[in-house]
Amino acid sequence: MRNASTLALRGRLIRLAGSGTIATLILLLVALWLVFAITIGDRFFSVNTLQSMAFQMPELGILSLAMMLALLSGGLNLSIIATANLSGLTIAFLLTHYIPGTQGIAWAGVQVLAIAAGFAVAALVGLVNGFVIAYLGVSPILATLGTMTLCKGLAIGLTRGNVISGFPEPIVFIGNGTVLGVPFALIVLALCALPVALMLNATPFGARVYMIGSNEKATRYSGVDTRAVLLKLYVLSSLLAGVAAVVMLARFNSANAAYGESYLLVTILAAVLGGVDPFGGFGKVGGLLLALIILQVISSAFNLLNLSQFLTLAIWGGILIAVAAVPHLGGKAPR
Amino acid sequence: MTTFLEMSGISKRFGGVHALRDVDLTLEVGEVHCLVGENGSGKSTLIKIISGVEAPEPGGRIVISGKEYPKLSPVYSTHCGIQVIYQDLSLFSNLTVVENIAMAHHLGGVHTVNWSSMRAIAMATMAKVGIEVDPETKVSELSIAGRQLVAICRALAADAKLLIMDEPTASLTRHEVNTLIKLVSDLKRSGICVVFVSHRLDEVLEIAERVTVLRDGAKVGTFAAAAIDGSKLSHLMTGKAFEYQKQVPDLAVGAVVLEVQGLGRDGDYDDVSLQLRAGEVVGLTGLLGSGRTELALSLFGMNPPDRGTMALDGHRVVLNTNADAIRRGIAYVSEDRLTLGLILDQSITSNVTLTVLERLAGAFGLIGTRARQSHVARWVAELGIKVSDPNNPVKTLSGGNQQRIVLAKWMATNPRVLILDSPTVGVDIRAKDGIYEIIRRLAREGVAVLMISDEIPEVLYHSHRVLVMREGRLTADVMAADTSEDALRQAVNA
Amino acid sequence: MPKSRFASFGRFRRSHEFWLLIVILVLCASLGAANGQFLTMQNLFDLLTSYAFVGILALGLLVVLIAGGIDISFTATASVAQYVTLTVANAYGANWVCVFAIAIGIGGTLGALNAIFIQKLRIPSIIVSVATLNIFYGLLIFFTGGKYIYSLPDWFATGIFWFEFDWGKDTSYGVNLQILALGFSFLFTWLLLNRSNIGRQIYAMGGNTDAAQRLGFHVFGLNMLVYCYMGVMAGIASLVQAQLAQSVAPTVLVGKELDVVAAVVLGGASLMGGVGTVLGTFLGLALLAILQNGIILLGVSSYWSPFFVGLVILISVSATAWSQRERRTRSARP
Repeated sequence: MRNASTLALRGRLIRLAGSGTIATLILLLVALWLVFAITIGDRFFSVNTLQSMAFQMPELGILSLAMMLALLSGGLNLSIIATANLSGLTIAFLLTHYIPGTQGIAWAGVQVLAIAAGFAVAALVGLVNGFVIAYLGVSPILATLGTMTLCKGLAIGLTRGNVISGFPEPIVFIGNGTVLGVPFALIVLALCALPVALMLNATPFGARVYMIGSNEKATRYSGVDTRAVLLKLYVLSSLLAGVAAVVMLARFNSANAAYGESYLLVTILAAVLGGVDPFGGFGKVGGLLLALIILQVISSAFNLLNLSQFLTLAIWGGILIAVAAVPHLGGKAPR
Repeated sequence: MTTFLEMSGISKRFGGVHALRDVDLTLEVGEVHCLVGENGSGKSTLIKIISGVEAPEPGGRIVISGKEYPKLSPVYSTHCGIQVIYQDLSLFSNLTVVENIAMAHHLGGVHTVNWSSMRAIAMATMAKVGIEVDPETKVSELSIAGRQLVAICRALAADAKLLIMDEPTASLTRHEVNTLIKLVSDLKRSGICVVFVSHRLDEVLEIAERVTVLRDGAKVGTFAAAAIDGSKLSHLMTGKAFEYQKQVPDLAVGAVVLEVQGLGRDGDYDDVSLQLRAGEVVGLTGLLGSGRTELALSLFGMNPPDRGTMALDGHRVVLNTNADAIRRGIAYVSEDRLTLGLILDQSITSNVTLTVLERLAGAFGLIGTRARQSHVARWVAELGIKVSDPNNPVKTLSGGNQQRIVLAKWMATNPRVLILDSPTVGVDIRAKDGIYEIIRRLAREGVAVLMISDEIPEVLYHSHRVLVMREGRLTADVMAADTSEDALRQAVNA
Repeated sequence: MPKSRFASFGRFRRSHEFWLLIVILVLCASLGAANGQFLTMQNLFDLLTSYAFVGILALGLLVVLIAGGIDISFTATASVAQYVTLTVANAYGANWVCVFAIAIGIGGTLGALNAIFIQKLRIPSIIVSVATLNIFYGLLIFFTGGKYIYSLPDWFATGIFWFEFDWGKDTSYGVNLQILALGFSFLFTWLLLNRSNIGRQIYAMGGNTDAAQRLGFHVFGLNMLVYCYMGVMAGIASLVQAQLAQSVAPTVLVGKELDVVAAVVLGGASLMGGVGTVLGTFLGLALLAILQNGIILLGVSSYWSPFFVGLVILISVSATAWSQRERRTRSARP
């Protein structure tokens, strides 16, 4: 009985969500919520828990968006973390060396300029990636492996592996402040996710990205300058890494060449869990956000249950395999 | 004559669909037998049953060299000497010619590789077939024709008694087809039975002794090739009297839209001058490799010419990209619908709107769902495309409907010059008519159409004027009314 | 047949490996000229010893890539194999044969798990290995608490030192465990890929899976073998690393997967399957090793070493792509 009604619910959700993956994810999220509500109880729904979830999600979320863009085009961007650290260090260096006084226009101006410089560094890395991938025809995994090592090398070489820390209060606010109880970093994630979603779903550029992800040559024959699209896409991916850099350095109040390296494979995990096809052409921002919430719910619940964060990692991996296997269990032909 | 293979009462169901119904087939030792039928007629299912990939429904009989089998498996089939050369050739392009030919050596158990015996096998078969390439070359470095010969060698090295070739001539030049035909008759003489699966009816009749026609999963009959002709064959395949006749609207002579003078590109074509007028359908025929596709790509801005001029409406233009060409009203339907014309995994909507995304965008450059839907609905209705849900992947459509999607995609750009490269390849005879009707309509609306095809009747009966291309040069430019199939065939092959 | 030998040299001259060899020779010559330390026996042995871990893993990955798959869970596999094996050895006592048997068994089992997920559940290998990396690693740290093992059995800590010979005043060299395992892995992988029919089937399957299926290859079995081989290599590499480090640190290996990927793809293996050679992998590994070693010998701060490695990767893959493009455009026009 219960089985039949879950199936019916799933069918309704599929129609509602317009995609099997998203329906699966919603079901999974509901199930997890129920399980944790029973095992943990009220504590799981406390303002504190919700807020701490909301503080932790944005970094991984923005980085996953950056990874997703590359994946959609049939590529991969292994350099996002290294780019974020390099541009974070740029910002940190400017903030700690050129900041005049503790207030005033110059004080505010340098902060804005520092962030702009960080974005410029990120954009430059994106240009290199895009040029090498789109115009020289290097496979994305190799190209970004190269820029990843290069960026990390530059960051380590320049800082000798040291941490740069201590930033002005407005910067720290980006990572730790709240607006009406909502963490500001979460607002930054929303400010990234919404335009990206809009761009992918409702602009000519977005439509072209999906088509390139499925068949680049046929897209070129349809009059699309696929190289220009890819170049822009990798710059955008890098710029998102730049935004993640700001959130990261603000939250830790410091920057370093090796922060967040364990995030790299997790961003792929999140994107694929969210229904992004690892070979390109398919995937929605909504699915990615759902996947991020699922990962965060598991992580926070395990935290409350005093279970190791490494068990969380293992469960994440298990869930990825389970969700990836779902389409094939129904007897649907594999790709 | 002795019988190699005899099948009777062969049926096959996939779910509720009858792919084959009670089919009989007899193949003699040393004969060349052709299997024809439209897409979905059951040809490929029959081949899969012979090669043991699919099992027939119980009740069928398969007798090979006098021994009866209830069903086959790939291992049995191979053991009996049945070898299939699929259209994609199933070669390993990352490996050498030697390894591909002697691949059977690698199968079975675990053992070390005996390179010298593999090389000896390969050299011996290559000598039999008469190919002269370095046996250590990688297959990826060979031409399509060369690869096909390697595939034949592999089948022979596996001691083939029955060689089934699926659409072997689809991507060969005429010269290469001739070589293949000669090779097939050599094989026949050595006692090998060759089954040809082809949709090129004139070739079928040229090469085969007997022809078996399938339609909707049932056998129509087996005929001696000498007693049958092309129009009879297509009648048998479609169940419909089908005769080519001149089917172009009267030519309302319009202004010259596209004019090309002295166009040339090293290694591709040279000294090409032509004019396309509004409302005119111009056929361009020539062999594969004659430079016709390269010329079309140049007109579409994708293969920049080294010399010569192009003018649209009397104004000289230089096209640097195909986006330039599209902007100026030139559209190009590629001959390779499956990999260049369409993005098969993506939805019908995404494919139809791909060329007009900028135009569909409204405020802030955003494309509304409704704008997309109404655009697709309009073209689906206008071209009579059978679509259950425009969000389905385009690969779920039939060949004919897929080609209409391609046409919709390009007609939406309002082209003034439409270049169609082999527009009816892989389209059923019954669905071809629909494509021709669309071409006629475009001509009536004043579009200049350049239709490239290697099927001579197609260009002759559906164009006002016919151009012939040979070895990179235009060698004939005649009104369709003033020429004949034979004359054109001669001009193409001369 | 001198003619055929010419032809095969011509093929080699156009190959990726040839250019890699040239770059390495130039690099060696200039480093040797700049610093007398570089071209010494000691440096060579040190290099081989310290790159054995990456090299053995690279050979496993090479086989996976040739088969048309990918695996990045091997660092986690190695961590698990290392930890379990040496815990067992500490508790119950063991010898060399035992520890290698246990490590190989664990690596092979985890590899088989990957193969089952990929083949039976039909999940792309990149997804499976990202997932199993997290599963293996997460569970390992969960159960061990991430504690290091510092006390190793004496015989293990001492290692192997064969063919000892003296060199110069008071230094002596010998073939140690690392070099022995690396050499054996290279030899065995080369035999597998070039001298056994299974290896040739792996190449064929990576080049064209559909055709392999049609010709009656045992595709599941081959994949099983390939991912198990990767796991076995991870098991061997893990012991080599533990012996060198003289400890077991469950958290230090994960995160190094891309170093291994870099060595293999620099060596010319394609992520599309069917392409890649043992020689190429050796040269890719050698390039990375010589580069990092050379930077240190030139007196550049070791902090800058990843920068130069990144630069070389980027330039090398760009140059390869560029030359292939040139060749493609030329051959497109007969």
